[in-house]
Amino acid sequence: MAQLFPKHHVMGFIFSLVLTVVAMAVVVYDLSYTAAMAILLITAFMQAGVQLVMFMHAGESEDKVTIYTNVIYMVFFAIVTILGTLLLFIWDM
Amino acid sequence: MEFFERFAVPHPSFAIYASMVGIALTSLAIVVGLTYFKKWGYLWREWITTVDHKRIGIMYILAALIMLLRGLVDAVMLRAQLAIPDNTILDSQHYNEVFSAHGVIMIMFMAMPFLFGLMNIVTPLQIGARDVAFPRLNAISFWLFFMGAMLFNIAFVVGGAPDAGWTSYFPLASEEFSPSVGTNYYMMSLQLSGLGTLMTGINFLTTIFRMRAPGLKLMQLPMFTWAMLVTNVLIIAVFPLFAVALAFGAMDRMFGTQFFTIGNGGMDMMWANLFWVWGHPEVYILILPAFGIYSEIISTFARRNLYGYKSMVASMVAITILSLVVWAHHFYTMGQGVLANSIFSIATMAIAVPTGIKIFNWLATLRKGKIEFTTPMLWSLAFIPTFLIGGVTGVMLAMASADFQYHNTMFLVAHFHYTIIPGVVYAFIAGLIYWWPKMFGFMLNEKIGKVSFWLVAIFFNVTFFPMFITGLDGQARRMYTYSEETGFGPLNLIASIGAIGLALGFIVLAYNIYWSTRYMPRNIGSDPWNARSLEWSIPSPVPVYNFATLPHVKSSQAFWDAKTKGHNLFPDKVEEIHMPNNSGVPFIMCVIFFIGAFSLIFDMIPLAIASLIGVFACMAYRSFEANHDHGYHIHVKEIEETEERLRGANK
Repeated sequence: MAQLFPKHHVMGFIFSLVLTVVAMAVVVYDLSYTAAMAILLITAFMQAGVQLVMFMHAGESEDKVTIYTNVIYMVFFAIVTILGTLLLFIWDM
Repeated sequence: MEFFERFAVPHPSFAIYASMVGIALTSLAIVVGLTYFKKWGYLWREWITTVDHKRIGIMYILAALIMLLRGLVDAVMLRAQLAIPDNTILDSQHYNEVFSAHGVIMIMFMAMPFLFGLMNIVTPLQIGARDVAFPRLNAISFWLFFMGAMLFNIAFVVGGAPDAGWTSYFPLASEEFSPSVGTNYYMMSLQLSGLGTLMTGINFLTTIFRMRAPGLKLMQLPMFTWAMLVTNVLIIAVFPLFAVALAFGAMDRMFGTQFFTIGNGGMDMMWANLFWVWGHPEVYILILPAFGIYSEIISTFARRNLYGYKSMVASMVAITILSLVVWAHHFYTMGQGVLANSIFSIATMAIAVPTGIKIFNWLATLRKGKIEFTTPMLWSLAFIPTFLIGGVTGVMLAMASADFQYHNTMFLVAHFHYTIIPGVVYAFIAGLIYWWPKMFGFMLNEKIGKVSFWLVAIFFNVTFFPMFITGLDGQARRMYTYSEETGFGPLNLIASIGAIGLALGFIVLAYNIYWSTRYMPRNIGSDPWNARSLEWSIPSPVPVYNFATLPHVKSSQAFWDAKTKGHNLFPDKVEEIHMPNNSGVPFIMCVIFFIGAFSLIFDMIPLAIASLIGVFACMAYRSFEANHDHGYHIHVKEIEETEERLRGANK
């Protein structure tokens, strides 16, 4: 019976519901811009992680290393681009 | 009538009208010739529908050579205009169009396809694969590139050429300051070919990871294949970003969005930023394959194995990562502060370290080698000192404070020609000559090849070295004229004379191809250079299935070890080979892409939507076709006969 119960999917489903509700707080309550953006950023990245691990099964197949290498590489490139652009246009303009 | 006026050239001249006539006559001659010699069927069956990586590679290289000619003509026009002060061969508008075309064509439609041509032909052979991972996608990549290139090339006779430079900076490139359709052409043609490039990147990375011969580990890949691996990683990283930037720019011009506008919350400098986030890795996408080619050639003709294999790989990976964090050095003067400039300045200088490691490794490979001065080796040896000048002037430019002096001068023009021409053009020509026998089964003439080498190697310096001096004296780039009082005249005249010599060198190269095709002997064996990697273990030209049986690899120079130590590379018995079918769908789909892009350029929205539907229809067709299209099989008997014939003829 234990094998039949889709534990991962149910957990993923609950996680994503919780994260959505937390993100909802930004709209419902009157938060400052900084707090609202912080909440949104954190929940968005956690949401993406939940999707990747729970539903898209990263880490379950033999390609585990390849998939995570890809993800890390992608995140590295995105962060470099965004931080570099912020540095050029806002922090040091 | 207004509808048709858009297709007229806004700033015509005699040369443009002459080109129209020339293009019309050439097209007519091609159509008549194909019909007269009854070659339409041959062209369609053997080339247009092919999914064979070797044929696609040959088409890439052919397109690259034609584009090299076009870019060269542009360059000669530029140098003719600058030869004497206050010259009037080109007016300012034409000069702008010509230097924009020269930059885009040389980078996007000459260097990139040349790289993909060699990558297509050599990579699968070096890893012992029968084809790439996705042969059909490979055909789509090629035809997308080809359609993009053709779209860019018709711009100057249909509607007007782009004139905002190859960087096409906003706000100059915006609808307001560049009202002709030229910049639309830039956006759409680069979008098409960029899409093809991204597909190639994914295709070849998968191929290198998944389709290596039994026993071939990553750290045993030949250096050229390693270079291709990191190149494709870079392509996958930055080309999506370029596609987005181009889409933003196109939407700004066509649909009135406000991404790169000056007011309304847009930010014109963001184009320069995004362009160089892509553009800087792009120059490494060009130079890393060149490093791979030089590694192969130098180790082959120094008759030694490559010095420092691991440090070669490590330095390429380091260059890959560093190339992603230096882009702001292209616009030190844009107004950001000292902190940002210092960070990018230091990162830029850091690239000199892994590049230096590679230079020393090549020198160490040459040391105590029995060097054979063949043509590919001459190109490779000339690369080292010439590229070094480009590299050290690069470190000069990397110093942000000093760069305020050099920015947008001819010093910069000299610098990047000193890196790109030895780094990319020499490499691809060397690679073309080196792998030519593998592609066609005969060699290029060495004597004529050496004449073209010396012409290019000497006149390259005559052309570009004076620009260092005039640049330091303050001659600005992209200016169509200068006055006599500036004193730039004599040095510019020398540079222009050099350009003639340079053009002559390339003409001799083209003549060499013609001469060798007619007169060079055909029975050259499979390994004419006495080389080291797997592609030389199979007959030349390579049969459609590449390897009759897959090689078993134990070292990074498998074929050399097999020759010298007597390993058996091919222990398996011949079995039936499963190959993919040819298909016309990629070509048809890309023609529809071409029509769609063309209609977007001229704001013909209904036709653009129809084309989009057509593209999706082609994809849907492929989805259903995949159910019954299982490729075809080559039988054992046929393979054995082919092998007997090819190897027999070669002995």
